[in-house]
Amino acid sequence: MKCRVCGKKAAVEVRRQGQAFCSEHYLEWFERQVERAIRRHRMLNEHDRVLVAVSGGKDSIALWEVLHRLGYATTGLHIQLGIDAYSQRALKATRAYAQNRGLPLIVVDLKEAYRLAIPELAELTRRRACSVCGLTKRYVMNRVAVEEGFDVVATGHNLDDEASVLLGNVLHWQTDALVRQGPVLPAKTKLAKRVKPLYLLTEREILAYTLLRRLPYQHEECPFAAGAKSLLYKEALNKLESAMPGTKQAFLEQYLKKIEPILKEGLPAGEIELKACERCGYPTTGEVCAFCKTWDHAYRWARKRAVLPDETRFEPKPALAFYAKTAADGG
Amino acid sequence: MKVVLRTPEREERELKGPKRVRQVLEELGIVPEGVIVARGEELLTLDDEVTDGDTIEVISAVSGGRA
Ligand code: SF4
Ligand SMILES: [Zn+2]
Ligand SMILES: [Zn+2]
Repeated sequence: MKCRVCGKKAAVEVRRQGQAFCSEHYLEWFERQVERAIRRHRMLNEHDRVLVAVSGGKDSIALWEVLHRLGYATTGLHIQLGIDAYSQRALKATRAYAQNRGLPLIVVDLKEAYRLAIPELAELTRRRACSVCGLTKRYVMNRVAVEEGFDVVATGHNLDDEASVLLGNVLHWQTDALVRQGPVLPAKTKLAKRVKPLYLLTEREILAYTLLRRLPYQHEECPFAAGAKSLLYKEALNKLESAMPGTKQAFLEQYLKKIEPILKEGLPAGEIELKACERCGYPTTGEVCAFCKTWDHAYRWARKRAVLPDETRFEPKPALAFYAKTAADGG
Repeated sequence: MKVVLRTPEREERELKGPKRVRQVLEELGIVPEGVIVARGEELLTLDDEVTDGDTIEVISAVSGGRA
């Protein structure tokens, strides 16, 4: 197999487009894909201050690298989840990347900021780790973006993430979730704009990019990911993709183009009104937001079980002192 | 040839060569869309041939659990 640009031996095949590339031209192709997605959906403006959500996995590290190479002013945000050695190694990869490129990184350590890490939070609330984890990450991401004056938050969601979420939503006909699948979520009061520049690139393509650029990344899987439905959906989609290249992309893109607009039309006029959470002031549809509810609940049990002292009250604002800012020189 | 699986746990397998990468994956029951195959720093396509002296790595691209 030969590179379609220079004819040298190919290193990566992009079967969904019937193309193959040598390493040099693959990197070029990959970065151009991201650039095109950003332009097509007006994800970022030239002078935006971009907060990149960086878990330390291949997707978020690749995203940070491409945005940096495209010339955007980026700052990384790593949320330290406190899931044992897994989280430690994730932070290490993130730090290694930031230091190597001389890019600023904000770290919010949940255990330091809120006194509980994800495993304890899940245990105390008797909820699945991924559900309290996702909720907490989204909240912290948004809050840091709003309070630190960023224009937009970029996340590393890829084609496989998006297609598998879509499959899950379609299998259960979750219409409310279905209309929130786009690559751009616009800003609202106290809600930062969110974009997914990698949403049309597959996990395999992103891994190839990360390896060819020799970027440090966290290889391990989170122990709580085992048995997740999303993995089953991804596997099923990859089987289809191997037999019918282009399936994942067509599934997601055609949905976004043809079906989502129709679904949105059928919704009652006007969007659901957002109010300010009584506890923290951030947007919610109810009185108290899901984040504050969850953490208040955890604190009640933590006090009862003497995990936390009696007088501790949950404070939704993570103290700024817990943000460790690393500058280019590592200072 | 030696096949090092990182899917993502590390495992090692011995297979007889020469073979195309496509065949190697088939024998191991691995869906090609979910992995990258590498020989040292070089990334391989499904058509590439690997032989008995080679050590190749099969690296999983699938990560999950994200809520
Ligand atoms: S797998 Fe679940 S618990 Fe682990 S980091 Fe992802 S969302 Fe959080
Ligand atoms: Zn080339
Ligand atoms: Zn709140």
